[in-house]
Amino acid sequence: MPRKAINLTCKVEYLSILDETGKLDKKLDPSIPDDLLLRLYRAMLLARRFDERMLVLQRQGKIGTFAPIKGQEAQVGAAAVLEPGDWLVPSFREMPSELWRGKSMESVLFTYGGYNEGGYIPEGINNLPVSIPVGSQTLHAVGLGYAMKYRGDKSVAMVFFGDGATSEGDFHEAMNFAAVFRTPTVFMCQNNHWAISVPRSRQSHSKTLAQKALAYDMPGIQLDGNDVLAVYAGAKEAVDRARSGGGPTLIELVTYRMSMHTTADDPKKYRSEKEVEEWEKRDPIVRFEKYLRGRNLLTDAGVEEMDEDVRNEVREAEERWLEQIGKGVDPLDMFDHAYAEMPPSLRAQKEELERELSEKKR
Amino acid sequence: MQQLTMGQAVNQALREEMLRDFNVFIAGEGVGVSIHDNPLMPTAGLLKDFGPERVKDTPVSEAAIAGLAVGSSVMGLRPVVEIMFNPFVTIASDMIVNHAAKLRYLSGGKSTFPLVVRMKSGAGFGAGCQHSHNLEAWMAHCPGLKVVMPGTPADAKGLLKSAIRDDNPVVFIEDMMLYFIPGPVPEEEYTIPIGKADVKRVGSDVSIVSWSKMVGVALKGAQILAENGVDAEVVDLRTLLPLDRETLLTSVRKTGRLVVLHEATRTGGFAGEICAIVAEDALNSLKAPFRRVTGPDIPVPFSPPLERFYIPDENNLVEAVLGIM
Ligand SMILES: Cc1ncc(C[n+]2csc(CCOP(=O)(O)OP(=O)(O)O)c2C)c(N)n1
Ligand SMILES: [Mg+2]
Repeated sequence: MPRKAINLTCKVEYLSILDETGKLDKKLDPSIPDDLLLRLYRAMLLARRFDERMLVLQRQGKIGTFAPIKGQEAQVGAAAVLEPGDWLVPSFREMPSELWRGKSMESVLFTYGGYNEGGYIPEGINNLPVSIPVGSQTLHAVGLGYAMKYRGDKSVAMVFFGDGATSEGDFHEAMNFAAVFRTPTVFMCQNNHWAISVPRSRQSHSKTLAQKALAYDMPGIQLDGNDVLAVYAGAKEAVDRARSGGGPTLIELVTYRMSMHTTADDPKKYRSEKEVEEWEKRDPIVRFEKYLRGRNLLTDAGVEEMDEDVRNEVREAEERWLEQIGKGVDPLDMFDHAYAEMPPSLRAQKEELERELSEKKR
Repeated sequence: MQQLTMGQAVNQALREEMLRDFNVFIAGEGVGVSIHDNPLMPTAGLLKDFGPERVKDTPVSEAAIAGLAVGSSVMGLRPVVEIMFNPFVTIASDMIVNHAAKLRYLSGGKSTFPLVVRMKSGAGFGAGCQHSHNLEAWMAHCPGLKVVMPGTPADAKGLLKSAIRDDNPVVFIEDMMLYFIPGPVPEEEYTIPIGKADVKRVGSDVSIVSWSKMVGVALKGAQILAENGVDAEVVDLRTLLPLDRETLLTSVRKTGRLVVLHEATRTGGFAGEICAIVAEDALNSLKAPFRRVTGPDIPVPFSPPLERFYIPDENNLVEAVLGIM
């Protein structure tokens, strides 16, 4: 028998709708209503300003280490496609999406300020907490999708992870399960070109990360991750498909981590300034703003007003947070929430500390 | 004597062993190009001095990192791989628990796996329970492994050199808080045998048994106890597996009292094993019940103030000791 080709439909597309100058490719326009466009812009701006403020707070020692999101604000385009009943499964670089989904800025500050309250998910908001072990949350999103199918509800789970996460076995097992069980899971890979100090080129030998979908026979697409319109359009296609029973999709958002990995490092040590400058030209907020101005949806005055408004919102959240933490923490709180009902052995340990503390007071 | 932090001492051990034996290589996430351009970190400068074939930055893949160690060690290389934080060993655990630990046995002793898995552990840097979770008792529950957990820079250096030369898989756990605390380290070549405890303070009233970061806490506690008229002996186990029963039992038979101190959570913690050994073999020497001073049975809290309550300190220790005097 001669060798013969196996017929496979292998295709990976790249989608960009707004170019770097903010010019729209009309044929690809996802026709987002004006008010949603403005909400998306505001959400991106809020995320940028909040990120900047958190960096100041971190430098002042008021909050601990966190992972800045600068440059990755267009992710809100994906979160915007989700319905309230859908689930958002973040890694640790999805603050913009978490805020879009209703998480409060105070709660983010609680997390990085070192309070367990930060992980608390308010009633009615289907976000999972931040996940630290890289890539592990992809598996949760398959489990969530499985439960949605099981119950016959038409929800979708969208999981975010980085380019580095695609090197973990968890990611591949999640993709395989999702494809085999056809779960309504959208895999949203934020390829920001760096995994701490390892560049994308040394993370994976594959030309694209999106093509990893092909091995599992699910659709894979690369989106311009700094173009919120492309992110929205690509995510919508995937979410609609998942919701209508079409199974999972892998999306690669091609973007860039403009800031440090976390506030504990200095990227100048391992990457060139020139690379950063190149990506600054593709800033997702600048580009989107140009587009909105071109359409007269934003004016100088409008931008200024919105920026002022956003800064106020950040300040007010910070004030509420400060007031809350001003009340202090009760060491005994650390025993709560480990179990649904506190086991007697743990209760004894809590009481032991309680005794110790009251003795100290005396 | 030179003063080095544990990070520097580990660095020296790696350097010396790499110079001594070409089969020794290093792999892990950020072991070469690191975000910490900090000379106190264990692998600082090694990439520059030994090149990218011997100091391998890997993709984010703990299972593959540990698997690389298993596979390359059976070929006679001596890999020293790094798992960035202790909780991530769960991802590498198939390779360590089911393979590194068992393949020698399964091969009827034919194959050897001279590998070292280094991992950073310890709470105290406000990074929450998915970064901080001391799992040494898990590792010590795996026959076929050796588990080393040094408490001083000098011990770290001598033990790591032994671990690299050892023909068994060694899990080498470094508490990150120790990376920055200097201590004396001999200038000349030396190794410290794996499986040998060290009496860090000689005393007659109570044996405080500990390891890793808690050894420092034990010594501080012993100081306070001395001021209160209690002469404590501090036994640093240094190796959990194989355990130096002799040093442990000799100390407890002498003092008649035992307090075990570790940072890991209590239930199923390694203190239980120590207490069991003493109950089996030295019960008659005990003048009082033994005590455990440990982290509580909860995940490490995110909050730095709560974390301070979580990590056992010298006051907790002193109170426990005084309670059995
Ligand atoms: C299982 C695991 N291994 C290692 C780490 C340490 N670590 C934290 S972030 C990171 C890189 C992640 O890169 P990527 O997936 O691209 O996400 P990004 O940080 O760029 O958003 C690593 C290795 C971790 N948190 N979890
Ligand atoms: Mg990345």
